[in-house]
Amino acid sequence: MLFDGFAYGMLLFLLSVGLSVTLGMMNFVNLAHCSFAMIGGYVTVSLANRYGWPFLATLPVAFLGAAAAAVILERTLYRRLYRASDLDQCLLTIGIVFISVAAYAWFYGTVVQSTPMPSYLRGSVPFLGMSFAAYRLFLIAMGLAVATLLILMLETTRFGARVRAAVDNQKMARGLGIDVDRAFMITFALGGGLAGLGGALAIEMVGLDHAFALNYLVYVLIVVAVGGLGSIGGSFAAAVVLGVSDMAGKYYFPWLGAFLIYLVMVALLMWRPVGLFGKR
Amino acid sequence: MEIAFWLATLAPFVVTPSYLSLASQIAITALFALSLDLILGYAGIVSLGHAAYFGFGAYTAGLLSKHYFGEPLTGLVLGAAAAGLLGYLTSHVIVRFRHLALIMLTLGLGLLLAEAANSASWLTGGADGLQGVKMAPLLGFKFDLYGRTAYAYSLAVLFLLFLVARRIIHSPFGLALRGIRENATRMPAIGAPSLAHLRKVYTIAAVIAGAAGALLTQTTSTVSLEVLSFGRSADALVILILGGAGRLYGGIIGAVVYMVARDQFSGLNPQYWYFWIGVLLVAVVMFLPNGILGGLSALRKKPQ
Repeated sequence: MLFDGFAYGMLLFLLSVGLSVTLGMMNFVNLAHCSFAMIGGYVTVSLANRYGWPFLATLPVAFLGAAAAAVILERTLYRRLYRASDLDQCLLTIGIVFISVAAYAWFYGTVVQSTPMPSYLRGSVPFLGMSFAAYRLFLIAMGLAVATLLILMLETTRFGARVRAAVDNQKMARGLGIDVDRAFMITFALGGGLAGLGGALAIEMVGLDHAFALNYLVYVLIVVAVGGLGSIGGSFAAAVVLGVSDMAGKYYFPWLGAFLIYLVMVALLMWRPVGLFGKR
Repeated sequence: MEIAFWLATLAPFVVTPSYLSLASQIAITALFALSLDLILGYAGIVSLGHAAYFGFGAYTAGLLSKHYFGEPLTGLVLGAAAAGLLGYLTSHVIVRFRHLALIMLTLGLGLLLAEAANSASWLTGGADGLQGVKMAPLLGFKFDLYGRTAYAYSLAVLFLLFLVARRIIHSPFGLALRGIRENATRMPAIGAPSLAHLRKVYTIAAVIAGAAGALLTQTTSTVSLEVLSFGRSADALVILILGGAGRLYGGIIGAVVYMVARDQFSGLNPQYWYFWIGVLLVAVVMFLPNGILGGLSALRKKPQ
């Protein structure tokens, strides 16, 4: 169960890390983040089911598709609202969520989508007398790989330094001649792409249907708010805690439903409004 | 202008008597949007969980009439008072936060209450809704099938609470609220107790939302989990933005447009209804930042 929770947490981490960075950087409340995840998910479903692509080959396309959509939306709509109030940002992005939910229901119907898995991801792997589902192992490996890559990129590359500067103090970063807009666009694409990857990986784990963007919005927001804005380590920790406690809650107290999760979130936010690892 | 508007609200009795139940739904929704307007439009508290108070009032009124007595006016007052109490308790937490934490907290509190009502099915009936709500006649008038009493009742409550809200907005307290909305750090500096003001208006808004919820219970004789749902909070937000936040009539105009449109499109699959809501939201944010009323007053000013 701990293992399942951890795998689930990895999925939540992939879905939410992009939002954490973009929210921390531009203070843009992007409730439509999970719509990017849905793009990734449906790209994978379409390629795998209609054109018979192997599952692994669809993942990069899911990433690129969601990243492209993120850039287009950022250029056309979001860009104009950076200085607007939280409320306007919330409303615009909720509107986008509604549109995407309805559009997917139109094109793909309201059934839960599934996609054929390659044989090596099915079944389970015996280890130390216990058996682990192969797909969940794969998910954990992906999550850890992405987390490591992201942290390495942010900590060691020049681009990472620019992003960190922009998150910490945007005005100062601009003053130092960093092209914050461009850094933001790339980060936004990266975040959208990661969400798309998460969406594609979510198909097998939690299912994908037209209401995905709404159903997982709350989870993603919880991860971001609890982990702290702009903190990858925070998102990682929060996602694992949330994944494990959600699984544990469903296992031990099924009658409580999601009550426990919300209670923990409200309590944590009251204690630390900027999140566990947030700086501001 | 205002008198003409309120006279026009009487028209459904004569012009469209078959739509009276829709009209009372509109009045209730308008009341709910008005309560959200007080905190969002005037005090600047963004809430994604305002349905918590609406639902709390609705369940209070429903449980009262199921287990104790069906007298509507007492039920309305008690429902509103219960929601107000909840609002007062939560306001201590809510007003201390801004930005993302505030949005998440209101969302979290709303979801928390909805989950609690879902889990406590022995009390609330859970997903099946609260059955067996029996309403006694209101001042001698029975709640009839055509919804005449229901509409008259909802409209009267809306009108009265609207007057209260207008009084609040035009008082020095209302002015202080707008000051806090514009600059939350400067107001305490000139001697306005910002947090106390916000707590007060949050409680008042909860009372009004509770009254709207109680009205819904009493005019429909059922309570379902939907009264606490995120969808209801979001609808109120959409209505308010559509009509124009920070304007007294914003919620009312928004409710009329939204509910009539939804009634007309109800033949469509609800999925696609939300598609248009989404388009509408994007359009309003991009092109009509102050809602219908804001757009109208901008048009009126332009020629001069």
